[in-house]
Amino acid sequence: MTSTNAITSVEDLRRLKDEGLQAISPGALKITVGMATCGLACGAEAVFKTVSEEAGKAAPGTIIAKTGCIGYCQVEPILEVSRPGQPSVLYKDLNAEKARELMQAVLGGEVKKEWALCTVDGQAEGRAAASIPGLPRLEDLPFYQKQNRIVLRRCGRIDPDSLAQYVATGGYSLLWQALHGMAPDEIVAQIERSGLRGRGGAGFPTGRKWRLVRQAAGDPKYLICNADEGDPGAYMDRSLLESDPFAVLEGMTVGAHAIGAREGFIYVRDEYPLAIEKLELAVAQARANGLLGENILGTDLCFDVRLIRGGGAFVCGEETALIASVEGRPGEPRQRPPYPAESGLWGKPTCINNVETWANVPWILSTGADAYRRVGTETSTGTKIFSVVGKIENTGLVEVPMGITLREIVYDIGGGIAGGKRFKAVQTGGPSGGCIPEQLLDLPVDYESLTRAGAIMGSGGLIVMDETTCMVDVARYFMDFLKEESCGKCAPCREGIDRALQILDRICRGEGEDQDIETLDSLGKMMKGFALCALGSTAPNPILSTIRYFRDEYDAHIHDKRCPAGVCRELIHFRINPETCIGCGACAKVCPQGAITGKRKKPHTIDEALCVKCGMCFEGCKQDAIQKG
Amino acid sequence: MINLEIDGCTVQAEPGMTVLDAAQKVGVRIPTLCHLEGLRPYGACRLCTVEIADGGRTTLQASCCYPARQGLVVRTDSPAVLDGRKLLFQLLLARCSDVPAIRKLAADWGVHDTPFAPKGEDCMLCGLCVRACADLMEAQAIAFARRGTSRKVGTPFDFPSEVCLGCGACTYVCPTGRMQMEADTVARFRKRVGTERKCRYMLMGLVSSKLCPNNYECRRCTFDQAMEYRFGTHPAFALAAAKHSVLEPTQTERKRNG
Repeated sequence: MTSTNAITSVEDLRRLKDEGLQAISPGALKITVGMATCGLACGAEAVFKTVSEEAGKAAPGTIIAKTGCIGYCQVEPILEVSRPGQPSVLYKDLNAEKARELMQAVLGGEVKKEWALCTVDGQAEGRAAASIPGLPRLEDLPFYQKQNRIVLRRCGRIDPDSLAQYVATGGYSLLWQALHGMAPDEIVAQIERSGLRGRGGAGFPTGRKWRLVRQAAGDPKYLICNADEGDPGAYMDRSLLESDPFAVLEGMTVGAHAIGAREGFIYVRDEYPLAIEKLELAVAQARANGLLGENILGTDLCFDVRLIRGGGAFVCGEETALIASVEGRPGEPRQRPPYPAESGLWGKPTCINNVETWANVPWILSTGADAYRRVGTETSTGTKIFSVVGKIENTGLVEVPMGITLREIVYDIGGGIAGGKRFKAVQTGGPSGGCIPEQLLDLPVDYESLTRAGAIMGSGGLIVMDETTCMVDVARYFMDFLKEESCGKCAPCREGIDRALQILDRICRGEGEDQDIETLDSLGKMMKGFALCALGSTAPNPILSTIRYFRDEYDAHIHDKRCPAGVCRELIHFRINPETCIGCGACAKVCPQGAITGKRKKPHTIDEALCVKCGMCFEGCKQDAIQKG
Repeated sequence: MINLEIDGCTVQAEPGMTVLDAAQKVGVRIPTLCHLEGLRPYGACRLCTVEIADGGRTTLQASCCYPARQGLVVRTDSPAVLDGRKLLFQLLLARCSDVPAIRKLAADWGVHDTPFAPKGEDCMLCGLCVRACADLMEAQAIAFARRGTSRKVGTPFDFPSEVCLGCGACTYVCPTGRMQMEADTVARFRKRVGTERKCRYMLMGLVSSKLCPNNYECRRCTFDQAMEYRFGTHPAFALAAAKHSVLEPTQTERKRNG
């Protein structure tokens, strides 16, 4: 059965492409608002409403459009103004008032420079390449300079709801080529040659996995897209699904042709409502246009995709737990082997890849495996998307070539530490990863180097920490997270995490004992080898890496009963320096406990017995006379 | 026939055997807790973890779930295995500090005390009862609930189970003596009257029709004694084996038949 709109010829595809190009460059004033979750959280909805109102009043012919996330989440809400024949201008940090003022200027024909972020070269979309004096180009911004946006190239540039715009920017031409002249074995060989490795974190060679599933005995075969992104601070998959869902669908459809699958599943966590909405819309459009379902693009390929909503368990990101969850059983891992490639979903050969991995496929096959190999390093080819968050100037989603150093990501792209503080560590790989200290900042980002440093590549969360972060507290935080999220099936993970957390809690309370570090170390080593799945065996990484690089902080907590970063409440003491205190009384006024007393214009004192260590006095003192430590 | 090496000795295993099966066949001792012949391997307690070199990669793996393959080199006493196993015993001892069976198992392997504070739990979460109920009886009256450290075994929403047959397989397999489902269900059976007072063997499908003449005092029942004598194990195991033998021989049977 083919639907009436089914694309079956190059002409059909070209017609859709023209329609998309027209929508991208409509030959009229077009205002585009970034409406991914990051934008919405910053108030993009209000900006969109204001823009629509203003345009509706003054110039009803103006086209108001939505797009996804362009990556620079720090300066959301972002709005793009494009006029025919001119490069478009991105405006940053908007709100409803700014948007109103901006719209009045724009509708008056003015190119407003205030709030402008940069200009965007619209050549790829058929717009003029000229720049506007006084405004930097997007690719010259420090945030974008060192990036290589392959997977993210459409994010924030097209309307994620529009299949036509996806096709207009080169989408589905690869699927056409693949189905009309690329043998499945050739595709698998190309992916193998590209060196693409699993972007979910473990880094298993994708081509080899495809070949294993292709050659595995058993029918039917299944594809799964793992979108159960759960690491704290990581949002690569969410952003990709919200901003370019068709890329994932195209990657999976090509994969179905290469592997010989008829059915695919996308496992998205339910906490991503917008991503689910965009995906549902994309799947519906793809079905309506004969890009999913029976006889795709008029060929023999039959492949459809079902969306499965995850119930919110972190462990379901582990492939065997995810498969159990899709089957309707509790999300608990089982021991491998057999690997899903031999016996996965319902005991059939199953190819399970991460969102980013699938989204890499169309680019690799259309541009060529060798071109992909040229990006990145020998063993880690291509690019990797990171969500750079934490104490950093430019929070955002970045796509960098493998082999770039952490220093470049933190300082050149990220703009350094927020508030001029000192860098302390960068955490990669979420609860399975580790903390990398300053002396290793020149470490190239590739699978092997990060593993050697005691961290992992992970799915791409990159949390930057400054001097006000306590590393013992960080380890404690991750254990607390994992205590809730471990499925509890195997004893090393369930009991090990619980005991490690108890010890860390004790250390943070100032009740640490001499042998604690040794116990943590042996617990960590045991869990690494004995736990059932990757969640348990990588769970000790945050502890082991912080012990390895920040042993002095553990020692300060255990032996000196002191938290050097001033985070662990039980170990902080506030003291007023009598030499710098001018007796203004500001601290006494804000103290909720009435713990600060003193005569006017005479040094004040804090009664430790009353003090609850809230830090109000510390923040309230203009003389910096209150010492914390 | 598969040839693999365990602690320096060459061992012959049959297809379908696990590394644990192969080791036990030649008398190599490996501690187990969540493993029981007749129930599918689960790999939860991890006490049977050994070092396995498989094609150039040496990893620690639970032997109860690892298929015996040609050329495996297995070590059950490497320092990593012994150290980890000791710590794991200490963790389990601390969890079930008052359970004699766990204390005895740990003591058998040379672990007598634990540095961790006792929790005083009576359930190991080995899952034997859950598997017995689901796999042998296909009743699924009990399952795991919650996750992480809150994980526990129970009936749905902790209500008395309506599908429990009171067969007692869960109580039979429980290593810690915590499982009391049988007693709970039997107590409810006693409230029944007349033809509703069906014998447990009838509920299990082992006899076509029999009412209980003994107020569910099975220990005093000659029929119950006869059944146990007849099977030599809990009837649930025999029942499951019989069901499977109609379809295909189980691993247990294959082994038994040689």
